[in-house]
Amino acid sequence: MSETQGLRAWLLTDTPTSRRHAKYAAAYQGWLSFRSNTMAMIGLWILVFLIFVAVAAPLIAPHDPFEQTLSNRLQGLNSEGHLLGTDSLGRDILSRLIYGSRITLFIVGLVALIAPITGLLVGTVAGYVGGWTDTILMRITDIFLAFPRLVLALAFVAALGAGIENAVLAISLTAWPPYARMARAETLTIRSSDYISAIQLQGAGPMRIITKHIWPLCISSLIVRVTLDMAGIILAAAGLGFLGLGAQPPSPEWGAMISEGRRFILDSWWVATVPGLAIFTVSLAFNLLGDGLRDVLDPKDAEK
Amino acid sequence: MNAFNRLLMGTAIGVALSVTSIAAYAETPANMLVIANRIDDITTLDPAESFEFAGSDVSRNIYGKLVNFDPLNLDAGYAPDLATSWTVSEDGKTITFTMREGVKFHSGNPVRAEDAAFSLRRAVILNKTPSFILTQFGFTAENANDTIKVDGNTVSITTDKRYATSFVLNCLTSTIGGIVDKELVMANEVDGDMGNKWLKTNSAGSGAYSLVSWKPNESVTLKSNADFYQGAPAMERVVVQHVQESATQRLMLERGDIDVARNLNPEDIAGVRGAAGVAVDDELRGRLMYISLNQKHPVLSKPKVRQAIKYLIDYKGMQDSFLKGQYVIHQNFLPATYLGAVNENPFSLNIEKAKALLAEAGVSGLELEVGVREAQERVEITQSLQNIWAKAGIKLNITVGTAKQILGRYRARELDVYMGAWGPDYPDPHTNAGTFAYNPVNTDEAKATGLLAWRNAWDTGGLTAKVDAAVIEGDRDVRAKMYQDIQAEFRDISPFAVMFQKIEQTGRSENVQHLNLGGAITAVSYWTVTK
Amino acid sequence: MAMANNNGEGRGTASFPPWIMITLRTIGSIAVTMLGLMFITFIIGRVMPIDPVLAIVGEQASKSTYDEAYQQLGLDRPVLVQFFYYVWDVLHGDFGDSLLNARPVVDDIKRVFPATMELATLGVTMGIVLGVPLGVIAAVRRGSWIDQIARVVALVGYSMPIFWLGLMGLLVFYGILGWVGGPGRVGIFYVDIVPSVTGMILIDSMLDGNWEVFKNAFSHIVLPASILGYYSLAYISRMTRSFMLEQMSAEYIVTARVKGMSESAVIWRHAFKNIRVQLITVIALSYANLLEGSVLTEIIFSWPGIGSYITTALLSADMNAVLGGTVVVGLVFVLLNIFSDLLYKVFDPRAK
Repeated sequence: MSETQGLRAWLLTDTPTSRRHAKYAAAYQGWLSFRSNTMAMIGLWILVFLIFVAVAAPLIAPHDPFEQTLSNRLQGLNSEGHLLGTDSLGRDILSRLIYGSRITLFIVGLVALIAPITGLLVGTVAGYVGGWTDTILMRITDIFLAFPRLVLALAFVAALGAGIENAVLAISLTAWPPYARMARAETLTIRSSDYISAIQLQGAGPMRIITKHIWPLCISSLIVRVTLDMAGIILAAAGLGFLGLGAQPPSPEWGAMISEGRRFILDSWWVATVPGLAIFTVSLAFNLLGDGLRDVLDPKDAEK
Repeated sequence: MNAFNRLLMGTAIGVALSVTSIAAYAETPANMLVIANRIDDITTLDPAESFEFAGSDVSRNIYGKLVNFDPLNLDAGYAPDLATSWTVSEDGKTITFTMREGVKFHSGNPVRAEDAAFSLRRAVILNKTPSFILTQFGFTAENANDTIKVDGNTVSITTDKRYATSFVLNCLTSTIGGIVDKELVMANEVDGDMGNKWLKTNSAGSGAYSLVSWKPNESVTLKSNADFYQGAPAMERVVVQHVQESATQRLMLERGDIDVARNLNPEDIAGVRGAAGVAVDDELRGRLMYISLNQKHPVLSKPKVRQAIKYLIDYKGMQDSFLKGQYVIHQNFLPATYLGAVNENPFSLNIEKAKALLAEAGVSGLELEVGVREAQERVEITQSLQNIWAKAGIKLNITVGTAKQILGRYRARELDVYMGAWGPDYPDPHTNAGTFAYNPVNTDEAKATGLLAWRNAWDTGGLTAKVDAAVIEGDRDVRAKMYQDIQAEFRDISPFAVMFQKIEQTGRSENVQHLNLGGAITAVSYWTVTK
Repeated sequence: MAMANNNGEGRGTASFPPWIMITLRTIGSIAVTMLGLMFITFIIGRVMPIDPVLAIVGEQASKSTYDEAYQQLGLDRPVLVQFFYYVWDVLHGDFGDSLLNARPVVDDIKRVFPATMELATLGVTMGIVLGVPLGVIAAVRRGSWIDQIARVVALVGYSMPIFWLGLMGLLVFYGILGWVGGPGRVGIFYVDIVPSVTGMILIDSMLDGNWEVFKNAFSHIVLPASILGYYSLAYISRMTRSFMLEQMSAEYIVTARVKGMSESAVIWRHAFKNIRVQLITVIALSYANLLEGSVLTEIIFSWPGIGSYITTALLSADMNAVLGGTVVVGLVFVLLNIFSDLLYKVFDPRAK
C-alpha cells in the first residue's frame, strides 16, 4: 500500500531526479489525463475486450464457426442454441463473430504497421534530404493520392488474387500517402530547429538524426492519425469483401459476413446487422481512443 | 440570363421540395413494361456477335429469324417465322426456305430472301464468337456465297455433309440466326466491317420491337413495331433497368415501380409471395450447375476418385436450403426438355461409400483447389462441398475470383476443381454433347478451350466418336436414344458431376400476363405480354 | 492541411516574374502527376490476370478469332510503345473505345460522370450545411451535451458500413415509408424526357422548366445523397471542431473577448474567418472522396455513376474504360488540390 503510494508520489514529482524518471513521470501524467477521459476509457476497454475475445475464441465460442447445418439455416436471434441466430449455411453467427475478431485484429494490426511506417519512411527522408529526392518522392506520393483509392485496391487485389493478406496489402497501398505528407511536414519544421543543428554539429549522420531524433517526434501525431483511421481500414476491408475480393470463404471475416448476409436483409436482417454492429462498435472504440490519445499526445491540444 | 433565373428559381423550389417531398406510390403505365434485370453482361447487340443472356433477350424481340419458337407453345419446337416453309434435298445437305411475303423491316424496307442470305453470310464472314454455331456446318468466309444462295423468293443453305435437319434448324433459331436489314446495315458500314460497329448499338430488324437506347449497365429501352406481322404488341414500350441487388429489385416490385423482377433470390421470392398484387412464376431454364475434376491431377484422374466425388455432394440438402426453388437436382448434361434428355439422378450424398471408394483408390491426405466466381449461390455450393469433403478427408481450398479471372485459369487447365455453370448455346442436344463429351485432341497444344472436356484434360473414353455419330443421325427417335446412351456412360465415367438445372423464378405484378422467358431453349418474349 | 504544403517552398529564378514561374510549375506538376497516374493504371492493366482479349471474344471463341482480336488491340507491340500511343491519343481528347461495348469511352464518361457529380455535389452540400455549424457549436461548447452528440453523430458516420446504411435506408424510407423514390436516377416514366445539357438531371430539368421531372429526380437522389452527405458531415464537422478549438485558444481571441466583443462576433467574425481556408481544403478533400468513393452507394442505388463504371470495367478487364475513368477522376482530384492550394496562398497571411 505505502509502496504504491510511494510510486505514485515518485511518478508525480515536479523534480525528476533523472531523465528516465522524467520520462516515466510524463507518461504517468499522460495516463492520468487519459484516464479522466471517460469516452477514451470506454474505447480502451472495448478494445481490451476485443483482444480478450480473440485470444480466448476457442474457449468462449459456443459452436464450431465452420460447422454447417443446412436444415437449420437463418434461425432468428435467441433461437435454440444460437444466441445470435444462424447464417445461410446454418452456421452459428455468434461463434463466427468471435472467431472473426481474430481476423479483424489481424487486418487492423497489419495495416497499422505497414501504412504509417511506409509513410514515415518516405515522408521523413523526403523532408530531411530535400532537393530532388524530395521532389521525386512527393511526386510519387501525389500520384498515389490522386489515384481513385478503390481502383487501386481493386486492381491490386485483382492482380494478386483475392485473399485477406492481399486485401491488407492493397489497403496499405492506398493508405500510406497521407502519412507521408504528414511526416514530411513535421520533418520540415523539426529539421530547421536549433537542437537538430546542435546534433548535426556534434557530428551525427543523417541516418542517426532521422531514426533517433526525427522519428520519435513524428510518432505521436502518427499514432493519433492511425487510430482515427482504423475505422476506415476495417470498413475498407469490408468494402472489398462486399465486392467478393476480401477474405475468402469460409473465413468469418466481419465484412464478408455482412456481404453474405445482405441478401437476407429484408427478412433476416440480423445476419448482416450483427456483424455490422460489431464493426461499428470496434471502429467506435478506435475513434474514442484516438480522440483521447490526441488530447494526451498532441502538444497543440495539450496546453489547454 | 434566362437560364440563370430558372436556375435560381429551381434552387428555391428544390429547397421547398426537400421539406415536403413525398414520392407518390408509382404504378407503371398500362402500355409499358418495366423490368428489373442484371444486364451488365451485354457487350453488343449485333446478332452476329451477341452471345450473352441479357443480349439474347434483347435480340429475340428485335430480329425475326427464318424459323423461330412460338412463346405460347415452346414445346412445339421450331416453327415458321420469316420463312413460311422449307424443303430438304434428296441428299439431305440442302435446305431451301420460302420467304414470307409482305413483311417489312422497321426501316420500311421489305424483308427479302436477299436479306436472309446476307445475314447468314455476314455472320459467317464476321467470324465473331458465336459464329461456330453456323460454321460447324462447313460454311466459311470463302464458300459463303456458294453455300448460301438466293433464288427469287427462296434462300437455300448447303451443309458440308448430311446433318439431322432438326439440328440445322435448331441452330438457326439462336440469336445468330437473326435477319438484319441489308440496305440499312450496309449504309452504316465502316472500314468493311459490314456494319458491325453500328449494329452493336443500333437495331435493324423486323421483329416486334426496335431499339430506342442501350445504356451499358443502366438500361435497355425498346419501342413496339406497330407493323409487326404477327400484330402490334400490346406493350408499346419496354424498359429493362439494370438493378444489381435482389433486395432492391424486390422493394421496387413491391412498391409498383417495376412490373417484373428477374433476379430475386430464394429468400426474396419467399418474401414477395406474400406481397399484395405480386405473383411468382417458375420456369425451367437450360443452365446447369456442375463441378469438374482436372484429369491432369494424378489423383483426380483415378476412376474410383471420380466416382467418390459424385457421392460427396449434398444434392438434396442444397436443393432444399439455399437453392430452394431455383435449382432442381439434375445429373445429366442435357437439360430437361431437350431431345434425348433423361431424368436419372442416381447419385446422392453417401460419405461412407465415398470413403470406401477413396480407400480402394489408395487416396489419403488429398488437398485440392477449387475455383469459383464471386456469385453468392456458387460460393455457397462450394462451401458446402468444402464442408462435406473435409468429412471424407479431402481438404478443399476455395479460390474466389471475378468471372473472367476464374475462367481464364479454367481455360488454361490450371484448376484442380472447377465449380461453375453451363448454358446451352442453341436448342439442340449437340450443343452440350459437343462440349461435355467431345474432345478429339486432348493435348495442351490443341487449345480447344471452347470444349469443357478439353478444359478438364479428359479424353472422353470413346464418347467423342459417339457424339460425332449422333449429330448426323436423321431419325429423331434413334438420335434421342443415342444421346441417352451417351449420357448414361457419361454419368458413370466422366470427371463431371452435373448437379442442378436452373429454375428461373420471376416476380411479377399480377396484372402482367403471358410473359414467357423462353424456357430452356430460347430467350424472353415481350410481344405476347398484356396487362 | 497536409495537401496545402504542396508547392510551399518556391525557389524562383529571377529572370521571370514569379506568377509565370508558379503557373509553369503548377502546370508541370499536374502534367507529371497525370502522366504517372496513367502509367500506373496502364501497368495495372498489363499485370491483371484477366485477359482483355478473352473479355472481348468470349469464352467459346476459336483460336483464330482470339488471335485476330489480339492484334486488333495492338497487344503484340511492346508495352512502352502501347503507352506512348495511348498518351498521344489522350492528348487529342481520345480515350479510345471501350473494349467491351466498342463505344467511345469519352461518351460513356460523359454519361456517368455527371451522374456521380450530381450525387457528390448534393452530398457534400448537405455535409457542409449541417457539418460546419455542428462543428463550430461543438467547439464553442466543448464538453457540453451538444458536443457529445456531435461526436457520436460523427463517429457513427465514421464507423457504419455504407452499404449497410444504404440498404437499410432503402428499406425504411423507400420500402416501408415510401417517402423517397427508388433506385435509379429518375423514375422509368421520366427517363430521357428532358434534353441532356449538363448530364445532371436536376439541373437539366430546371433549365427545361420541367418541374415534374425535377421533383421525381429529386425524390430519387435525396436518399443516396443524404447517405453520402452523412459521411461528409461526419468528416467536416470533426475537422471544423478541431480547427475551431485551435483558434478559440489563440491570444487574439482572448484579447477580443477582453475588449468586450460579443461572443458571436468573436466566434464568427474572428475565429471562423480564420479557419475558412483550412475548411475549404477539407471540403475539397471530402468532395474528391465522394467523387471517387461512392461505388458501393452507386451499386445499391443502381446509380449509373463513374465509381461503378470503373469497377465494372476493371472486373471485366476493359482497360480503356478504366484508364479513362481513372484519368478523369485523378484530374478532378489534382485540380481540387491545386484550387485549395491557391486559396491557401491568397487568403492565408502566413503562407508566402
